[in-house]
Amino acid sequence: MDIILDGVKQAIGLLIHLDPALLEIVALSLVVSGAALLISMLVGIPLGVWLGLRRFLGRRLVVTTVYTGMGLPPVVVGLAVYLFLSRQGPLGELGWLFTPKAIVLAQTILALPLVVGITMTAIAAIPRELVLQLRSLGATQGQINRTLLYEARAGVLAAIVAGFGAIISEVGAVMMVGGNIEHKTRVLTTAIVLETRKGDFALAIALGLILLALTFTANWLMLSLQRRLDSR
Amino acid sequence: MTHEIILSVRNVRHQYGERVVLDVPRLDVRKGELLALVGPSGAGKSTLLRLLNFLEKPTQGDILFHQTPYTPENLPLHLRRRITTVFQKPMLLDMSVRRNVAYGLRVRGERDGRAREDAALRSVGLQDLANAPARTLSGGEAQRVALARALIIEPEVLLLDEPTANLDPANVRIIEAIIARANRERAMTVVLVTHNVWQARRLAQRVAFLYEGQLLEIADTRTFFEHPSHPKTAAFLHGDLVY
Ligand SMILES: Nc1ncnc2c1ncn2[C@@H]1O[C@H](COP(=O)(O)OP(=O)(O)OP(=O)(O)O)[C@@H](O)[C@H]1O
Ligand SMILES: [Mg+2]
Repeated sequence: MDIILDGVKQAIGLLIHLDPALLEIVALSLVVSGAALLISMLVGIPLGVWLGLRRFLGRRLVVTTVYTGMGLPPVVVGLAVYLFLSRQGPLGELGWLFTPKAIVLAQTILALPLVVGITMTAIAAIPRELVLQLRSLGATQGQINRTLLYEARAGVLAAIVAGFGAIISEVGAVMMVGGNIEHKTRVLTTAIVLETRKGDFALAIALGLILLALTFTANWLMLSLQRRLDSR
Repeated sequence: MTHEIILSVRNVRHQYGERVVLDVPRLDVRKGELLALVGPSGAGKSTLLRLLNFLEKPTQGDILFHQTPYTPENLPLHLRRRITTVFQKPMLLDMSVRRNVAYGLRVRGERDGRAREDAALRSVGLQDLANAPARTLSGGEAQRVALARALIIEPEVLLLDEPTANLDPANVRIIEAIIARANRERAMTVVLVTHNVWQARRLAQRVAFLYEGQLLEIADTRTFFEHPSHPKTAAFLHGDLVY
């Protein structure tokens, strides 16, 4: 029991004093996962809208692929990205392996299908007649898409939350392609693994608390945004 | 007497899968008229409105707007914005009543629509509900919002699909008066789909009878009711055709 209490006490100390090592790790986690989430949103939301609206040949294949992507095992993604980025791999010349870029790539691959899939489902649930009604009221296709995104906002926000949750808490792929290098590719989850192995529970607990707080804050912000949109 | 034709249907056959739901060789909508479209359930009335609004492309045949055939793909935006439909189901957006009513103005980039929104809301008796979320409205209120949302655009052609279906008699009168005024004072061309033959008689200058996808009769309102030429029309008017 002492080990836990002591750990929590020291962790709070680290948090209060804004330990620089801690801040560095938090900042890198936010930047890397933030970038991956942003890319996933910029690509995934338009793609989700398009897939939700269009009926085309081969759509079922694409949808099944997206759904499969939503449950990709992170270590498999890690392995694939590793192989592609390794020196002999097809993308080896980029020199991304064991850099934050490799982490962003792996996390984007994990988050993108979630963003696409959940957005698509939310958009597809809107009655087709509403699309006709908007068109009839003089909306252009772009305006229709924006209105539908607004109508499906709960689903779209859920897509973003799911994407963020999946990558901020991910450890396997990040470890494989980032390498957990101090000052370079060490993020919250990989640092927790390392500190726990080393027996430095204080730092591990502090990092764990921050991870929880970050996820909580992200969800809080999303819910607040949804409530603000709802009251328009 | 010659009439300017605003919308016409030419040799249209429309199918869903193998089923032909509409087979109309010819129908002309005259500029400024109020044409009622009646017929049993499933006759193809809503489908015809979707075609007239260029929301769907007929499987065969043409829809002409001002004598020119167009399809949903090639109808220019400025022409498309001169026709609007109030659907059978109100199809409101999950936002306030006011923002719903303002939708057509906003997509046209018209700012300061506030006065027009107020006027539109007042005309359907909903000024007190301007800020209510549209999803909390009753069926009749929602239907009136949908009508206000269409009228505010001042379309050249207004297509109405059972606009009074969920209303009580007092509200039916109010809405009928609004439709009649838009038609008479603003010279708006109106195609009104209704199950209610009395409503057609009260409002329309001409009535068309659609039955199993075919246009069996189209005539001046008076002739239509007093001397229907097709036996099916007479049966429909007597309530002998079951929906
Ligand atoms: N998108 C569609 N796909 C397949 N069938 C359709 C579709 N839309 C309409 N139909 C069919 O076309 C026929 C005509 O439908 P429509 O909605 O135009 O009838 P209506 O005259 O408006 O009937 P009501 O008075 O009940 O509204 C119906 O049999 C309907 O089942
Ligand atoms: Mg109908």
